Amino acid sequence: MPDTEYDAVIIGGGHNGLVCAGYLAKAGKKVLVLEANDNVGGMAASHPFADGYTASVAQTLPQLSTRLIKDLNLKQHGFELAHDGLPTTALDIDGNHIQINGSSLHGVSDQDNKAYLEFIQMMEKYCNAVKPFWGKTPPRIGSGNWQDNATLAQFGWKLRTLGKTDMAEFMRVIALPAQDLMDEFFDSPLLKAALSWDFNVGNKLAPRSPNNAILNQLLRNIGDLAPANSYNSGAMPLPKGGMGGFVSALQKSVESLGVSIQTSCRVQQVVVEDHQIRGVLLENGKKIECPCVISNADPKTSFFKLLGARHLEVQFAHRINRNRNKGMVAKLHLALDDLPGFNGLKQINGRLLITPSMAYIESAYDHAKYGEMSEQLAMEILIPSIQDPSLAPAGKHVLSANIQYVPYEIKGGWQQHKPALLENALSKLEQYAPGIRQRVTAHELLTPQDLEAKFNVEGGHWHHTELCIDQWWMNRPTYGASQYKTPVSGFYLCGAGSHPGGGVMGLAGKNAAAEVIKHDNN
Amino acid sequence: MTNKYDAIVIGAGHNGLTNAAYLAKAGLKVLVLEKNEYIGGAAVSRELHDGWLYSNCSYVCTLLRQSIHRDLNLSRHGLMIIPIEGNTAFGPDGQYFAEYPDPAMTYREIKRHSPRDASAMFRYEADLTRFAKLIRFFLLRTPPDPTSFKPRDIKELIYMGTKFMEMGEENIYEFMRFLTMSAGDFLDEYFESDLLKASLATASIIGTALGVYSPGTAYVLLHHVMGDVDGSLGTWGLARGGMGAISNAIAGSLKEFGGDIQTCAEVDELLVRDNTTYGVRLAGGEEVYADIVVSNLDPKRTFTRIVNKNDISPELRKKAENFKIRGSSGKLNIALTGKPSFPSFPDDNLLQKGSFMFVDSLESMERAYDDWKHKRWSRTPFVEMTQSSCFDPTLAAPGNYFVSCFIQYCPADVEGGWTEAKRAEFADSVINRISHYSPNFKDLIAHVEVRTPYEIENEVGLTEGNIFQGELTLDQLMFNRPFPGFAQYRGPIKGMYMCGSGTHPGGGVSSACGANSAREILIDLKRNKIDGQDVVPKEHEDA
Repeated sequence: MPDTEYDAVIIGGGHNGLVCAGYLAKAGKKVLVLEANDNVGGMAASHPFADGYTASVAQTLPQLSTRLIKDLNLKQHGFELAHDGLPTTALDIDGNHIQINGSSLHGVSDQDNKAYLEFIQMMEKYCNAVKPFWGKTPPRIGSGNWQDNATLAQFGWKLRTLGKTDMAEFMRVIALPAQDLMDEFFDSPLLKAALSWDFNVGNKLAPRSPNNAILNQLLRNIGDLAPANSYNSGAMPLPKGGMGGFVSALQKSVESLGVSIQTSCRVQQVVVEDHQIRGVLLENGKKIECPCVISNADPKTSFFKLLGARHLEVQFAHRINRNRNKGMVAKLHLALDDLPGFNGLKQINGRLLITPSMAYIESAYDHAKYGEMSEQLAMEILIPSIQDPSLAPAGKHVLSANIQYVPYEIKGGWQQHKPALLENALSKLEQYAPGIRQRVTAHELLTPQDLEAKFNVEGGHWHHTELCIDQWWMNRPTYGASQYKTPVSGFYLCGAGSHPGGGVMGLAGKNAAAEVIKHDNN
Repeated sequence: MTNKYDAIVIGAGHNGLTNAAYLAKAGLKVLVLEKNEYIGGAAVSRELHDGWLYSNCSYVCTLLRQSIHRDLNLSRHGLMIIPIEGNTAFGPDGQYFAEYPDPAMTYREIKRHSPRDASAMFRYEADLTRFAKLIRFFLLRTPPDPTSFKPRDIKELIYMGTKFMEMGEENIYEFMRFLTMSAGDFLDEYFESDLLKASLATASIIGTALGVYSPGTAYVLLHHVMGDVDGSLGTWGLARGGMGAISNAIAGSLKEFGGDIQTCAEVDELLVRDNTTYGVRLAGGEEVYADIVVSNLDPKRTFTRIVNKNDISPELRKKAENFKIRGSSGKLNIALTGKPSFPSFPDDNLLQKGSFMFVDSLESMERAYDDWKHKRWSRTPFVEMTQSSCFDPTLAAPGNYFVSCFIQYCPADVEGGWTEAKRAEFADSVINRISHYSPNFKDLIAHVEVRTPYEIENEVGLTEGNIFQGELTLDQLMFNRPFPGFAQYRGPIKGMYMCGSGTHPGGGVSSACGANSAREILIDLKRNKIDGQDVVPKEHEDA
């Protein structure tokens, strides 16, 4: 192998790319990270959207683990939590809100309270059973490899040790739609809707869609930053300085480990000769030689735009091509000149959900699935400047909201419909927080197409590609690339399109680094 | 009549009759109790209008297992399955897509819509056939309990694993993916023609309270194409003399083996003492005794109506209440005094005989589902019209026709409840849809029988009118059907068993549930062997 300046080039400075770089550097590799935008962090990067106001597409850190923070020494580089577990408030238009704070509920019947304890007990059991597998390379079935077999055997064992009843129940509820699962446990429509939000958020799925609810919920509970014995679904750790605070600590950490980062540096193509990676060609014509290229981009961008389909076998290209990757969430950032007041809510201290009922969410989805605009939008709202005043000028605030469901393609085009989307979102907010319109001094609205353009993620999907059971684990992004290495020797994936998927957790990057190191040692 | 038997089967549906026939074959003294005055449950032929024979519930078959056909000598008892040839899907603006009996013609027909789709069809069929062949191995086997350490379950799990591995690594992943995804997404991966996709997607929603884009519907699609007629995979057939011919043939076999059937005998309660059943009490108060009682009723009905709630645990009762058995289909059975014309193609066209589907596109089908979610029948439903009498002249006098129309979606609990007026309105909406393609259709109508889930529940006894005795979603399939821990046909009470479509392998006129259940009963009684031969075999060569 020719001597090259770097052992590995990582395309994309999203958090997974940085985490991957960090772990490689720790193993003694010389790593270069190339980022097309002028700052790293991807969708987790904080950016100013109005004078003095900062926001990020990603909102909180429910999935980050203390292990990763420790491994990369993030605390030493300035990582701090502004809040370790924001509660969730399910907003009611008449002010009869429900508050979900870890394992306790306020505003529901005793019956529902009791059911909730049973529910989180069940979820915690499942979380613990599945937990070891998020941070591991997905196994291959029938490869004969001892590590794959060991992982499969461990998985079987973990399920068995749940006990007869729980194991049987797990295999049933894993296939349930959110709606059926909620109906089996609870009475309150508002509570059911609020809990079901986390089951489908980010995906082209709604409360009535089977096979996915539990999976997304398990994924959200990978993290352990929230205080002990508080169930994570209601607890959202918020980093200081917004997500930018996390990204900047990450950047400093990997740089201190010797990683080079080049921003405003777009890769045009991955260079392949004789089925072997030779390096990358930059848009500015410069070529960087390197035997190992790791892509933090989504699978379609990685294989078709960066690598090129001509280097792939037809069937594999077809499998990547059929990945479902159209985003369904829009992001709204509002600059507010004062804290808004929500009907009947004394204090805003966490995440607010506008999800009156599961039928409401389903109906928002029904419009979006045909590429139409929903009048009634479901929203997840955070005012992070309450916990972290650095995000807005003194006394002013930032409102950051995820809006479901907003289709990637809308009939008539986004050019035409974007003002209507903003109007719908504002009038929905106005119903719950009268007068909020007058507080808005600036705004930013990002549709999935905007996310695609801004962050170079084809389809504008949070998770890079749908996070559902048919694109999960050994099928993520597809057979032949689910172990981070790809059919082209030296080309790896480390983004959210790989196991375990999206959310700011960095595990895809960490797992990918382990595979690269393992390969080099063999 | 004596009131002591070896086994009682509650419900004379085709699975109940099959179960009883096998038990009788093994030498048990068996009685089948049926609430209606006719047998067959949802596989019946009834003369509801003078001179026309109606298959008024199930109307076609493909899953009926050949080995059962042979074991029970059904041919000798008059059963003859006629394959349906030709299938046409109508789209908007006079377009149509036809599936001919001749594959070369079908290839040309697809090419007419899209040359790309014509070649994709080879891939599609190869993939689907591979999956179908895998599932077919498991149809006549009792699902293993994956939580159990019993040698039998472990052996069965290993058998399943081996069958999986035989597909090859790549196909294992493809299959896992296929099992959990939506039919719409799956079809989008192969085809571009809207009408072709819609026509293929019909199989994924029939009887199912899900839309073509709901995850899980790809399996339902498979469930409808994994059957066969005389070994020809994916072919559908009609029973000569209507679907009742199937039930009657099985009943004939049962009687030949010495079993009894009593109609107009509704079972009120399962009799239980010391967690062991000893018989049933009929609605009239009469008691009939047996150590084995088998329920052919759906799981919800079995555990919330027949079984006394004090005889089972509250957890099981809750499982039964949560069991998903959602009514989503309606039927119009229509007697016609002449041949409806379909001007889309010439009168002498081969296709005029086949079955017709009115579908449009995947989007219109998904919208039809959205209507169901809002508790109304679909404004643009998917209608499948099977011209049964074209293939089976015994259904109507020469010159007359009988057509069976299956409609998706029709809710069990329409907003405000079903009334006579709503039923008529529903029927009109379907007839108008057909008339749109067949201008003389309305003038030919001699009689219409309208069946919403309400009628299906009240006459046939299927809760909410669900044709599969329970949704075919992963949470209710294989070892989850009907509930985890109860998938091996044994009830929670000693001597009680289940044999309906609510058990593995699920709905359709397959007789497989009845046969599998009979095998478990005979194994428990140590009577599954006669002269060294299994009465209900564990292995079936025609998988």
